[in-house]
Amino acid sequence: MNAIFKASDAALSRRSLLRAMGGIGIGLVIGADLAPLGSAALAATPEPAAFNPFVRIGPDGTVTVIIKHLDLGQGTATGLATLVAEEMDADWAKIRTEFAPLNPQLYGNKIFGGAQGTGGSTAMAASFDVYRRAGATARAMLLEAGAKALNVPADAITITSGTLIAGPKSVTFGELAEAAAKEKVPQDPPLKQAANYALVGKDGTHRVDNVAKTSGTATYTQDVKLPGMLVAVVAHPPRFGAKAGKVDDAAARAVKGVEAVVVVPQGVAVLARTTHAAMKGRDALKVEWNEAGAEKRGTDALRAEYRALLGQKGNVAESEGNVDAAFAHPGVKVVEADFEFPYLAHAPMEPMNAVAQITGDRVTVWTASQFPSADAPGAAAAAGTSPDKVTINSLWAGGSFGRRAVATADFVVEAVSIAKAHGKGVPVKLVWTREDDMKAGYYRPMYLHRVKAAVDAAGKPVAWQHHVVGQSILSGTFFEKMMVVNNIDATSVEGATEMGYEVPNRHVELTSPKTGVPVLWWRSVGHTHTAYAVETMIDQLAKAAGKDPVAFRMDIIKDPRLKAVLALVAEKARWGTSLEPGRFRGVAAHKSFNTYVAEVAEITLLDKGYRVDRVVAAVDCGFVVNPDVVRAQVEGGVGFGLGHAMQDAITLTDGVVDQANFDTYEPLRMSQMPKVEVHIMPSTQPPTGIGEPGVPPIAPAVANALFAATGKPILNLPFNRQTIGS
Amino acid sequence: MPITLSINGQPRAVEADPDTPLLWVLRDELDLTGTKFGCGQALCGACTVHVDGTAVRSCQTAVGDVGAGKITTIEGINSREAQAVQAAWRALDVVQCGYCQSGQIMSAVALLTDNKKPSDSDIDAAMDGNVCRCATYQRVRAAIHDAARRLEA
Repeated sequence: MNAIFKASDAALSRRSLLRAMGGIGIGLVIGADLAPLGSAALAATPEPAAFNPFVRIGPDGTVTVIIKHLDLGQGTATGLATLVAEEMDADWAKIRTEFAPLNPQLYGNKIFGGAQGTGGSTAMAASFDVYRRAGATARAMLLEAGAKALNVPADAITITSGTLIAGPKSVTFGELAEAAAKEKVPQDPPLKQAANYALVGKDGTHRVDNVAKTSGTATYTQDVKLPGMLVAVVAHPPRFGAKAGKVDDAAARAVKGVEAVVVVPQGVAVLARTTHAAMKGRDALKVEWNEAGAEKRGTDALRAEYRALLGQKGNVAESEGNVDAAFAHPGVKVVEADFEFPYLAHAPMEPMNAVAQITGDRVTVWTASQFPSADAPGAAAAAGTSPDKVTINSLWAGGSFGRRAVATADFVVEAVSIAKAHGKGVPVKLVWTREDDMKAGYYRPMYLHRVKAAVDAAGKPVAWQHHVVGQSILSGTFFEKMMVVNNIDATSVEGATEMGYEVPNRHVELTSPKTGVPVLWWRSVGHTHTAYAVETMIDQLAKAAGKDPVAFRMDIIKDPRLKAVLALVAEKARWGTSLEPGRFRGVAAHKSFNTYVAEVAEITLLDKGYRVDRVVAAVDCGFVVNPDVVRAQVEGGVGFGLGHAMQDAITLTDGVVDQANFDTYEPLRMSQMPKVEVHIMPSTQPPTGIGEPGVPPIAPAVANALFAATGKPILNLPFNRQTIGS
Repeated sequence: MPITLSINGQPRAVEADPDTPLLWVLRDELDLTGTKFGCGQALCGACTVHVDGTAVRSCQTAVGDVGAGKITTIEGINSREAQAVQAAWRALDVVQCGYCQSGQIMSAVALLTDNKKPSDSDIDAAMDGNVCRCATYQRVRAAIHDAARRLEA
């Protein structure tokens, strides 16, 4: 167990607290990113010595790297730690990681304007330089201390795997840690040249969470256990916006182990000594819901409203040239299509949860906090205190796909609200069941698209008119002021605007209706639907032009990096070569989060349905820190995107969510997973993201293969809503 | 009422109603938190443990029904097959978020204990009940084949 959770061990807690307070030594910040810790409190103990907010070295030589972005599985902890290990010449086997505490000044994300958080595939792009410098700084301090210890000039020392060597003399990081941490922090330590990298960019650097996650010892929020802790399970209203009315909790209170029942804005919480007792207590509650302000429309009603909106004018998101004139030009071939994309749940393996404890005016939260800068004010407001009184201890996340980064901090606020209502000062662990998680909203919005596009007589696209209708993710959140401009939430249309193809006349509109269904970013955000509409329309246009889908794209792609990944994937997938009867290929290429991905899907058409056999991907995410993590993210992104494209939708009947668990919201399973082959474009460009960009091309690549097979475009997701077969 | 269970080779007495799912006894009473809660309905496999060597979903196994069955959790696996599986998982960097991986590993160990050289369709059949939302399936499959090779050696 992580030291944080042994709260019964007072000495450990106190030292952890000292460390954390040392980390907020704002007054000692030197330079932009690195703050040396006040080491006075640390020097007296055998505690690890802190070199800067990102690096600590223990007397046993263990190097702990403080990770300022949450690792949701995407490998961020491994990637950032690799940069530190590389610059320090540390022994990779002695690297450990820990998630950063709440402290935006030290651990903010520069791409988020300094807010502390993880998302938009920004971790490596935002922190590549920070972690290299953190490692280089620690290395320089170790060198200084090593020169004194070995009584040689610093330039006579080489460092290998955490040992400083000068001729016959040597000293380890662990032996030097305490003295080295007191050395002057260098302003501009030299960074390694890429040619000298031993770990970065190489295969064979295994994930830092490898052993813990294969032995059951990695600690997730669900695993937190604190002295006196109660588990809370909540009866939530069946419709969004409803509130608890009359509550009969007599039967719930009679359940053995139930300690309290409290009403909170989110519902009615049963607090018990065990999870099972809390669940039984919740089942025994009788609650009348006040549905005055509740959303009672179902998805059929919303779809009809959205369809009507498609025919009206939207807000202009992008306009160039004159589409009307281009469509009216004689000889053009026009293709029109309406698309439907359902609400989607993130449904990570670990349902949402958080532990909260209120002590006086202080709030402590234990959760996998993807967005501490939102979780802290949320927790503070729910507790009736100020954000500076909030402590967040972040843990491994059992997935997220966006769900743990919520502007309203919904589940954190719920946990704190319960702790506040209970009022006994004990830690409260909020546990959502799978059903709670599935029905809690914050879905990828439902969208309808209408696209009209045309190719000229020479087979070149000349006009593209696109209207997107669907809820804004940012509207109503603190992002709205910054990020919704002229009524355009860029996350609703990204990918349809700034399209990767040369089309002289373009017009993109957006209509953002409001509903009571909470919505949120979902792995690759707007690109989840825009890439589908664009990439399947491109195949329809290629067909109208009588051209091969790859050749058609190669002629009109603007960005050479997108062109290069398309060329690479076509080569690796042997595009254009013949396939066995019944097998078909489809292609899609899309840039998202400054990363370029092209994918070719190979499918087999069956008597009833189809099978996705193989996916070949080519990716350019700039300079690659860990190639295997990049491959893993694309493999996983393909599987994640494919499962939803084939078989998932959240629907509502009269405002009540129809899906509850993995029987009605079916995750991709082993037998459905295609063989995925990932090719990485070598690059010296700055690193971009990889957590999300593997997702957008897979659905259109498979749809285009089905289009090639059947001649019928698939306009509604998920695919399996329609009849497909040979 | 006290129930005595055999867990990871040790007798453990717990206070629990017989209808309590084994999952919550493991996690809440015995602090064996490597076994995960994912769905509560035996739909995802995150809670997979072995009872007498067979992979079972502990969320749908009432503790009162276990009787003298020998329960093994991720914390207690140490057979040759288990060591091969864990070594293969680490060599191939299977994990992403990791939350399902205890269950994946428990299912894989049970598979390899019964079937030293599983085919792809054997793997589909044995592993389809273990959901991974990160979709690490390709590496799970490769790691099972790799573990089978390690067991041959």
